[in-house]
Amino acid sequence: MGAEALSELFDRTRTEGRLAFLPYLTAGLPNPQVSADLFAAMEAADGFEVGIPYSDPLMDGPVIQEAGRRALEAGTDFETGLRVVSEVKERTGKPVVVMTYVNVVQSRGVEQFAAEISSAGADGLIMADIPLEEALPLKAAVESAGLGMVLFAAPTTDDERLDRITSENPAFIYGVNDLGVTGERDEESGRGVTLAERIRSRTQVPLVMGVGISRPEQVAALKGIADGVIVGSAVVRRVLEAPDVDAAASALTTYTTEIATAL
Amino acid sequence: MTDTRPDDTGRFGDFGGIYAPETLVPALAELEAAFTEAWSDPAFVGEYHDLLRHYVGRPTSLHLAERLSGELGVQVLLKREDLAHTGAHKINNALGQGLLARRMGKPRVIAETGAGQHGVATATAAARLGLDCVVYMGRVDMERQALNVYRMRLLGAEVVGVESGAATLKDAVSAAFRDWVATVEDSHYIIGSVVGPHPFPWIVRELQKVIGEEALAQLGGDLPDMVVACVGGGSNSIGIFHPFVETDVELVGVEAAGHGIESGEHGASISAGSPGILHGSMTYMLQDDDGQVVEAHSISAGLDYPGVGPEHAHLAATGRARYESITDEEALEGVKLLSMTEGIIPALESAHAIAWVAKEREALAGKTVLVNLSGRGDKDVTQISEMGLI
Ligand SMILES: Cc1ncc(COP(=O)(O)O)c(C=O)c1O
Repeated sequence: MGAEALSELFDRTRTEGRLAFLPYLTAGLPNPQVSADLFAAMEAADGFEVGIPYSDPLMDGPVIQEAGRRALEAGTDFETGLRVVSEVKERTGKPVVVMTYVNVVQSRGVEQFAAEISSAGADGLIMADIPLEEALPLKAAVESAGLGMVLFAAPTTDDERLDRITSENPAFIYGVNDLGVTGERDEESGRGVTLAERIRSRTQVPLVMGVGISRPEQVAALKGIADGVIVGSAVVRRVLEAPDVDAAASALTTYTTEIATAL
Repeated sequence: MTDTRPDDTGRFGDFGGIYAPETLVPALAELEAAFTEAWSDPAFVGEYHDLLRHYVGRPTSLHLAERLSGELGVQVLLKREDLAHTGAHKINNALGQGLLARRMGKPRVIAETGAGQHGVATATAAARLGLDCVVYMGRVDMERQALNVYRMRLLGAEVVGVESGAATLKDAVSAAFRDWVATVEDSHYIIGSVVGPHPFPWIVRELQKVIGEEALAQLGGDLPDMVVACVGGGSNSIGIFHPFVETDVELVGVEAAGHGIESGEHGASISAGSPGILHGSMTYMLQDDDGQVVEAHSISAGLDYPGVGPEHAHLAATGRARYESITDEEALEGVKLLSMTEGIIPALESAHAIAWVAKEREALAGKTVLVNLSGRGDKDVTQISEMGLI
């Protein structure tokens, strides 16, 4: 459980010589009742990033913004988000990382927030809008609740900063695969592989790449360098576009299976 | 003067900080270093003040509002930012940051705008300095400030409509940040108020403090009892407050009460909000129990924002400044009052400050009050006429 579940996952995928697959989906889509079904439909996933929707998601492009809007409209408050986390955990038994924005955490108080998501079954926490400096005061509280804290590194992060981030020994480093906010890219900029190589040359802390990854060949390019990949907008878009829940579930099963072939 | 720079973590007391995605953090550090260096370089400061003098028309006038004072029984002094080129204080900041962008070798600037005044100011600075310019503006604001949209386009800027959220200022700020996360290598974000992650609140304050410094000099040692300014993000108010913080002069910021504080539809982040993190800094904001941002409301697009600059949060928390609020209806009366007594049509934003002095005239009887007239009202005339004010 907790941070250990994440380190066990990366130990296992390293031994197996493959990438871990952690798809992202906003909790409460298309409604809170069936939300966990969609996570469970992603059978090929090694774990999940469960998004607690926020009114002003600065790091998100149009698709995840729209998902957050719909989830909030469908009544996904914090309590509902917690329920989705525990259902996903119960049904899949796989690692669950909560992803949200700092004000959602801060408004409950970080200790209480960490305790609540931990007892719901979460193993780690990602806050998309804070860098190392603002994450550190929260990290201790998150870790004493038994959770793993994720820290970011971006293509713009220099080596000296990278070393400071890795020296904090996060549950994993979230390597930002491209400049810009979340969303599918028509062309791969190559920044992600460059960053992943730079990080890997300096540390063995688990590295998961995300932002702008949607195609198997992008995943394949990270094999042997990173420890895992996060795919968000491509997953979420399939849910937004589906006419009903069953169609969404089967689109997710198909898509995640396709991504899994590149791990 | 004591050092009023934020601390090492970018905070004014408990407020501020750098709550931004990691991608932007190196750019924010680069920006802080670049501004620190530029601001102590006489060549840069000289060019900035030269532009303010010859291009903007500074110093802006400070004078007694004679008929208004007679009407209210309060000595009202006006600092005339409405007379600055482009019609509001926003140009002070836009030119300063435009010069900085050029110095940093960034050929493209991004801005958000609510009332359109900051967008116009940035488009103007970009035209003057030869920079590419993209302005994000909520769809709702594009409608109520159509004249300014046209002005920006005429100045060569690209205006991008923002549909998300309530399609007003908050959403335009978010859209501008999202652009910047993608384009940070060659673009500078000219944020329009003393908000955002450090170093923005400090940089914008430094570029707006010219208002207060001029006023202090123009007063010739005769300090007023009080300085009053409207507060959206808080740049015109912090600009005029700044040199008075160390004096005994009372400082009053006037927020938008919209349909009334009790209606829940307002922009009074300090008077009716709570501490939280919005657009990169810890400050007072409008939010629900889950930390979701609550939409603001104000008749004036420039005050229609659910947050406020962290330095104001600090001034409020320490009691150095006090924050009051004025409703839409009262602000409209303020427009009428200043227009008819002084022949000055104020911006709806600035009218909040006028209206507060009028409302408090009994408490202020016999006192001298310096009001920052942050902008002129031409941009609001269509909106106001549709409401049938006269
Ligand atoms: C004339 C005028 N006054 C005030 C404001 C509010 O901004 P701030 O509080 O940053 O001065 C605006 C913003 O658009 C404005 O145009």
